[in-house]
Amino acid sequence: MYSLQLLEGEREQILASVQEVISKSSKNREDLIPVLQKVQAKLGYLPALAMEKISEGLNIPAADVYGLATFYNQFRLNPPGKHQVKVCLGTACYMVGGDITLESFERRMKIKEGETSADRLYSLERVACVGCCTLAPVVVVNEEVEGKVTPTRVDGIMLTFEESDKEKVSEPEMQKGEEH
Amino acid sequence: MNSMNPLDIYQRMADEAKSREEAKTEKTRILVGTATCGVAAGALKVRDEFVKGIEKKGLDAEVIEVGCMGHCYAEPMAVIAKPGFPPMCYGKLDDGLVNRLVEDYLAGDDPCYEYALAALERNDVFPTFEDFPRGVHEEKLILGQCGYIDAGDINSFLARDGYSALAKALEDEPLAVLNEVKAANLRGRGGAGFPAGDKWEACLSSSENEKYVICNADEGDPGAFMDRSILESDPHLVIEGMVLCAYAIGAQKGYLYIRAEYPRAVRHVQQAIDQARQMGLLGNAILGTKFNFDLEVFQGSGAFVCGEATALVNSMEGKMGLPESRPPRLAQKGYRGKPTILNNVKTFAYVPLIIRNGADWFKSIGTPDSPGTAVFSLVGKVVNTGLVEVPMGTTLRQLIYEVGDGLPNAKEFKAVQIGGPSGGCLPESALDVPIDFDSLHDAGAIMGSGGLVVMDQDDCMVAVARYFLEFTQHESCGKCTFCRLGTKHMLDILTDITDGKGTMESLTLLEELAEDVRDGSLCNLGRTAPNPVLTTLKYFRDEYRAHIEEGRCPALVCRDLILYYIKPPKCSKLCNVCVGSCPTEAIFTREDGLKEIDQEKCVKCDNCLKACPPEYNAIVKLSPPVLPKEKEGAVK
Repeated sequence: MYSLQLLEGEREQILASVQEVISKSSKNREDLIPVLQKVQAKLGYLPALAMEKISEGLNIPAADVYGLATFYNQFRLNPPGKHQVKVCLGTACYMVGGDITLESFERRMKIKEGETSADRLYSLERVACVGCCTLAPVVVVNEEVEGKVTPTRVDGIMLTFEESDKEKVSEPEMQKGEEH
Repeated sequence: MNSMNPLDIYQRMADEAKSREEAKTEKTRILVGTATCGVAAGALKVRDEFVKGIEKKGLDAEVIEVGCMGHCYAEPMAVIAKPGFPPMCYGKLDDGLVNRLVEDYLAGDDPCYEYALAALERNDVFPTFEDFPRGVHEEKLILGQCGYIDAGDINSFLARDGYSALAKALEDEPLAVLNEVKAANLRGRGGAGFPAGDKWEACLSSSENEKYVICNADEGDPGAFMDRSILESDPHLVIEGMVLCAYAIGAQKGYLYIRAEYPRAVRHVQQAIDQARQMGLLGNAILGTKFNFDLEVFQGSGAFVCGEATALVNSMEGKMGLPESRPPRLAQKGYRGKPTILNNVKTFAYVPLIIRNGADWFKSIGTPDSPGTAVFSLVGKVVNTGLVEVPMGTTLRQLIYEVGDGLPNAKEFKAVQIGGPSGGCLPESALDVPIDFDSLHDAGAIMGSGGLVVMDQDDCMVAVARYFLEFTQHESCGKCTFCRLGTKHMLDILTDITDGKGTMESLTLLEELAEDVRDGSLCNLGRTAPNPVLTTLKYFRDEYRAHIEEGRCPALVCRDLILYYIKPPKCSKLCNVCVGSCPTEAIFTREDGLKEIDQEKCVKCDNCLKACPPEYNAIVKLSPPVLPKEKEGAVK
């Protein structure tokens, strides 16, 4: 299975988040999906460690927790990238080239759908339908829905990402310079 | 206080709401449609631009966020209600247009009719939505308030007789609600059309004390968004319907199972529940009676199979969403093993209207066997896309050509896909089928959740069938062998055909498999999964044959059967747009200055075709993928 290494300090963050969610739960089986949703909301994904801790905390076999996390489309086992792209492949989007859009992103990000790039800069997902069919083809870029995305627009979106990263990189460097 | 009956309590509440709402109409109001689709089209920017303009000019006007009016083709939209003028609706707004409206209409007195879509009230100067063909066919019952009321303010709903059905019902016996719903012959809008009253009656007759009411808002059908729109635009209507159901069957607790992919709907419903509870319309002693009922939101996690009632309940219990064989039906043994009523968003939304206006009123709309209206999300290759509500019995042709205003770009109609992955693709010859549960079923499609996708000559029916199979195969929970493996095998065959590797024998196998999957699956996901394949095979067999026997995709869609080609006489030589647009550097300039595509490098991404300026229009797709021989000398 495709998985990325934990970052520095991430382990502690995972443990603390799971602990916080579980302490507020009634520890019923019925709480499992809401707990997974809350943990994912905090961490952005469900790392293996979090699932282990949830299994212990709710006293539910780890296989069941993993089973649920993989059964439902909402849960992701890979960390979200700094720039998250979800390509809608609902009927209306598919018909006007949603799959071509997805492929363009795959080519530009150099990852497959469902993956996160090793530097955690990009993540790419396909979604079944975001319910904005009249704007097809639709792409959700960092939680913002963008309509009528052509392959050319894909290049534009990627360029925006690259530009914003350049700015972010140069800012702290300037600050450092001032401190010295 | 004890002597007050529910109607009195309600009346006081409604009166106060009405006077509040009326006070608002004294100043100019701008209603901006900020449902998900509006937001996607830029409605939040439009809202901010209005607010900025109003502040800058120091005007006495209020910007209110409302839901979706259904005219998605014109998003972002806003209604301007200025005292002394009929409320006017404007579409396709952008910064420039907003500024113009602020300047000329809000600050001045020019309603800018040239930019208006329609007026909302009859007047002598401008047509209303009812004056257009779409308005003539549309009859909005459950969408009636969507886009006109503030979903975040319960007073907006109360002022328009919201919760009056509840107050009326609480005056009477619970049985009266059930009898009215039964008399109205309300059929479940989740797709199958099962009579809601019968379901409720089965639940009522159970001797259990603990009962549940669940609203199925796990709208997972690709191409459908009506449930989302209703919950975002008019959440109280659904809540009122659920409370009425709970009263009829004697339930104390209910849940709205909403897809987590619909965060806006979740937020609006949660807000509505809180406000209703505060007003004593939910919770303990509703409207001063002994009736207690409370609601909660449960967020579904995106499994298509959870639209299936038993699977949905399993997922609420913290298990995988696997369906179970029935009986016992949920009405006898559902959530937590207790009698449970599970209905669709739209089904609940009709209930308050039926109680308020009576069963006879409801039956006067639609057809005798399918009374009421049908709500569709009309999308795909149609001019006026959006959310529409028409009486049952309207034909598909009326819906597509009059309500939807036909197909754009003078393209030819090919098929209409109705009912999502469980539905079918109907050809031109089926366009005069009236829309109701039974007629559609006879034509090979189903009403389903109401997604309606129009397809034109550029859509490949084999690819569409493959697309739906890929979806159902991915979403199959895996419990039944036929559904798990049968759909996989079917998908493999369809993939082969679209790749140009199909055989006529495999077509026979595909048909056999389709029937086996339909007969051998437990729930409706598997039972209806073959529908898109069966209907396309029935109505569009020629296209399958073209793929298999000629290696040709008539619609120029299947990528292994097409190639991109630059027509030398049309290429301008001096323009380099296609070269720049190609992500794989497959386009190069030949010695004679014309552009050519290196077929080995081409990934068929469509970029060059979209980039080539319309005045040249030099790039074409060819199928079968054979390059034409260029005449010697012609290229020089």
